[in-house]
Amino acid sequence: MKYDAVIIGAGMSGLSAGIRLAYFDKRVLILERHYAYGGLNSYYTLGGRQYDVGLHALTNYTPPGHRGGQPLNRILRQLRLSREELKLHPQKYSEVRFPGRTLRFTNDVADFIESVATAFPKEAGGFYKVVEDVLSREYVLDGEDGESSARAYLRSFLNDEILIDMILCPVMYYGSPTPHDMPLGQFVVMFRSVYCEGFARPEGGVRTIIKVLVKKYRSLGGKLRMRCGVERIHHDGHRVTSIELDDGEHVEADLVLSSAGFDETMALCAGEANSTGTVAGVSTEDRLSFLESVSIVNVEPSAFGIMPTIVFYNTEDRFTYARPDGAYDLSSGVLCMPGNFTGAALPEGIVRVTNLANYDRWRTMSPAEYAVRKNEWADKASEIVAGMFPDFRPHVIERDVFSPTTIERYTGHLGGAVYGSPRKIHSGRTPLANLAICGTDQGFLGIVGAMLSGILIANAYGME
Amino acid sequence: MADEKVKGIVLDIIATVAPDADISDVDPAKRLRDQLDLDSMDFLDIVMELRKRYKVEVPKEDYPRLESLDSCAEYLGPKLEAHLTS
Repeated sequence: MKYDAVIIGAGMSGLSAGIRLAYFDKRVLILERHYAYGGLNSYYTLGGRQYDVGLHALTNYTPPGHRGGQPLNRILRQLRLSREELKLHPQKYSEVRFPGRTLRFTNDVADFIESVATAFPKEAGGFYKVVEDVLSREYVLDGEDGESSARAYLRSFLNDEILIDMILCPVMYYGSPTPHDMPLGQFVVMFRSVYCEGFARPEGGVRTIIKVLVKKYRSLGGKLRMRCGVERIHHDGHRVTSIELDDGEHVEADLVLSSAGFDETMALCAGEANSTGTVAGVSTEDRLSFLESVSIVNVEPSAFGIMPTIVFYNTEDRFTYARPDGAYDLSSGVLCMPGNFTGAALPEGIVRVTNLANYDRWRTMSPAEYAVRKNEWADKASEIVAGMFPDFRPHVIERDVFSPTTIERYTGHLGGAVYGSPRKIHSGRTPLANLAICGTDQGFLGIVGAMLSGILIANAYGME
Repeated sequence: MADEKVKGIVLDIIATVAPDADISDVDPAKRLRDQLDLDSMDFLDIVMELRKRYKVEVPKEDYPRLESLDSCAEYLGPKLEAHLTS
């Protein structure tokens, strides 16, 4: 069977690309190795409960009736979805907690400006200029970032390194594939996404968005094959000639878009299976991954005094965003209470804790050690949270933990890299003329970023 | 009259690709981009719909000719002639 386009991966970028290509009247097939949609933003059911994998929040929230070129509005138009379908509920407020200092922000950047001015009076003017400057810049959605540095940029306005760390902490956790710093272009996008537009949660979690995308894609005639992995991409050195599936079947297509990651896709072209966690010549040392625990609690966290929606915390003098040497880094993390968004109450209370983790440490553990260390981490991470807020631990009735190896197993992204490789290819271009990449390695991160990535790459390659 | 029909066709398409845009009060002489918050991605969709609905091809170099309703009428009028008379 020959298709106009084949897309590897039914995550948000692949599904969005599929919808766009279907609008271009292409016959499209999406291949997904896993039995669930969503890729890095997926969901699962365990013990009768529903869990989200990647979702703390959707960034780039813009309220209804707000017209203009913000990413969320662009996506809705391009995919022809109504914002009601996504059932978005904005956050209440979030915090950045460092030793002795707390900043508070909402979906109105004026609140953040005020909070910075209170906590760092000497920096109030400088921070105001940062916001002004960021907002005056065009959203550069397809520019190459080069060697620019967000830290250097912030230092040109601000003197206090702690404030710079505090500003960077949430934007790094929500979208930096690079340790310690991030490219300026990416910072500008993330700053606007997080602080100026802000957070929302789809009612029902990430599955609400994924189901909307799948339904739209199917309604346009798009084909979707689940549990159908790609074993190899065959090519003649210039173009993809066919795609070999895990069961040996070959599929042909004029255009192939891959959301598997750049190195992962190249490994498929070279005929190297990438399910083992290693690909010859590709280091996963510079890829960032996370441990995450989802605790179900018997009352809403707000009932026992945890009020913020999301808390980005750091317990050390300085904030370190990097792959830790040990299995995990407890010194900073993200705490999320999905029940503290606005909107209807959740069926049960949830507390999520996320820390940076070292993929290789987890990969080399024996199964017995792995199980023990996962619980050990979740206990220690919970203890740190209990030191900042009223203790949620007595309320926990169930807990699930996933690690970098879990993420790799279900997404195929090397090193469990949630934000992909630090090297982004904004054009999506690969050495093969009819093969392009979309998704994390194309450069846009998070839920909105993933959808935008699929849209832009489909527009760039699918119009002919 | 033909001009008005072309403008109606374009507005219909805009209503599809940008359902949140308010098309009730568009100044035909002014840029659509500014009045309706359209961006290059939206223009891509307008071109796509012209192709799908009317088999009209608009090459990339001609996109600027779609900037206002008046310029659309001038540029698309001849291309849509068959649809305008029927």
